Amino acid sequence: MKLPEKNSRNALQISFQLKNFKMNNPIMLASGVVGVHPDILPRVAEAGAGAMVTKSISMDPREGYHNPTVVEVEGGFVNAVGLSNPGVDAFSKELAALEEKPLPIVVSLFGSTPTEFGDLVSRLESISVDCYELNLSCPHVEKVGLEVGQDPEAVAAVVKAAKKFSSRPVLIKVSPHIADIVEIVSVAKDSGADGVTAINTLRAMVIDIESGRPILSNNVGGLSGPAIKAIAIRCVYDISQKVDIPIIGCGGITHWSDAIEFFLAGASAVQVGSAVAYKGLNILREIVNGIEKYLDNHEIKKIGELVGRSHSYQ
Amino acid sequence: MEDRILINRPRITTVKQIRNETNDILTILVQDKRCAIAAPGQFAMIWVLGVGEIPMSLSFMDGKDTCGVTVKSIGMTTKALCSKKKNDNIGIRGPYGTGFTSIFGNCLLVGGGTGLAPLLPLTKILIEKGADVTLLLAGKSRNAIPFFKDIQNLLSNSKHKIVVTTDDGSYGIKGIASDYVEVLLKKERYDMIYTCGPEVMLKKIFILAEEKIIPIQASLERYIKCGFGLCGSCNIGRYLLCLDGPVFTSKQLREISNDFGISRRNINGRKTPI
Repeated sequence: MKLPEKNSRNALQISFQLKNFKMNNPIMLASGVVGVHPDILPRVAEAGAGAMVTKSISMDPREGYHNPTVVEVEGGFVNAVGLSNPGVDAFSKELAALEEKPLPIVVSLFGSTPTEFGDLVSRLESISVDCYELNLSCPHVEKVGLEVGQDPEAVAAVVKAAKKFSSRPVLIKVSPHIADIVEIVSVAKDSGADGVTAINTLRAMVIDIESGRPILSNNVGGLSGPAIKAIAIRCVYDISQKVDIPIIGCGGITHWSDAIEFFLAGASAVQVGSAVAYKGLNILREIVNGIEKYLDNHEIKKIGELVGRSHSYQ
Repeated sequence: MEDRILINRPRITTVKQIRNETNDILTILVQDKRCAIAAPGQFAMIWVLGVGEIPMSLSFMDGKDTCGVTVKSIGMTTKALCSKKKNDNIGIRGPYGTGFTSIFGNCLLVGGGTGLAPLLPLTKILIEKGADVTLLLAGKSRNAIPFFKDIQNLLSNSKHKIVVTTDDGSYGIKGIASDYVEVLLKKERYDMIYTCGPEVMLKKIFILAEEKIIPIQASLERYIKCGFGLCGSCNIGRYLLCLDGPVFTSKQLREISNDFGISRRNINGRKTPI
């Protein structure tokens, strides 16, 4: 039988592993997109994701901003949802109550102090979670996110605090706004981070020309979508060149060829977000299929052979 | 010059007309070509500038350039919407979501209060298709029931029926809608039940429909942020209300039975009892 043989080869071709966190394919649903609540997990699994990253969770519940919170622009979306979440206790209870967990789950976390990050991780250790992603890069909420993520000392303290309690890999999600992204990632790595997700959204704004009023209730939000892809590729490339750490590429992936571009820049897995609004959740499977086809056509045995290949052209 | 189209961005339009439906329910008509061709049961995101943006079922679509929403002052944004005057600006985007699927047959429609909003355009389509319509209008009192005259005009043919229930007995039959649905289901066989209103009422009607093995389409409500399947705020079980709903079928309602009529997510995403 030829079919099972091909399937097993493909499984190895596209699987991703970071310590004890394993995915059947390298496509994650990005944080804050559809996969906000554990109830939707089966649907995300059926759509072909390798893993789901949850919306960012904090110690206490947070309402976030009032509507309008999301607005479409040329090449993407600007959102200022404002890190709304039910708080870690309500979230863990819901996740623990799931009858089955059909795919790996990465919990995104945010806080304003190292102690909060440590507390968040310790509360999640008793339930079935596969990886943590520290959101050090939300561009539109004060005192958390980017304010932590651009200070090397704060990043070191937060990563150490999370690692202290974690039995799972810890990723940090970084912002393209940082003056020296390589420095921050180096510090995170030295503090024990297992990987980096690059990039979060970019600070952006939309004004309605009839009323003269900013559309988002918070005025400023974060830009995602194809408009930021080239910036994300550059960030992944820069990190990959200087720091030896697994990179999860994120930013404007709407087609399988975008994912390949991220691999070539140095990412070994990718996250997809805004594309879901354009093409529905099934875009995840389309991207996986496209990657497989590309690997076959180019006689590449596994994604690892592609990772960082663009660096050979200096 | 060609217009740039970003469908998920509010379009500023002006209030064309305001109709007082009852003492505290009004219909706001605006010009918007996209929402004017929406299907019954679909919703629009209505932006009251400087106040907020909320999902509203479309209660009126002329198929050309005008649409309307029917609103009662409940929260901050609905209150501001109710105070709008002719020629005031509002933002609108949509239409969004999956609406009702109309059938040719014997249909029972049950609407509670402003829940009648999506049932009005549905009634028009069902009549055009030649369906037999029994419309149950329900409310706390006569004042809570909009569209009374429109519905009488629409259903003037004797093959259709109009039934009114009020909690206080101020008009029609005294009692709650679901009790009278039970009475109707004993007397007559329906091919489809369509309903919109308070979720407790929807759940009771769903249970009755299941007992009699009658398919149902129910329009639900949840906290919505983006409206187009990106943010996940309106999650119910395996569904997103803004894409898969707001109208759910019997099969879908069975799948979300852990939440339907039981809990809804609030602004921070926490499940709270209904």
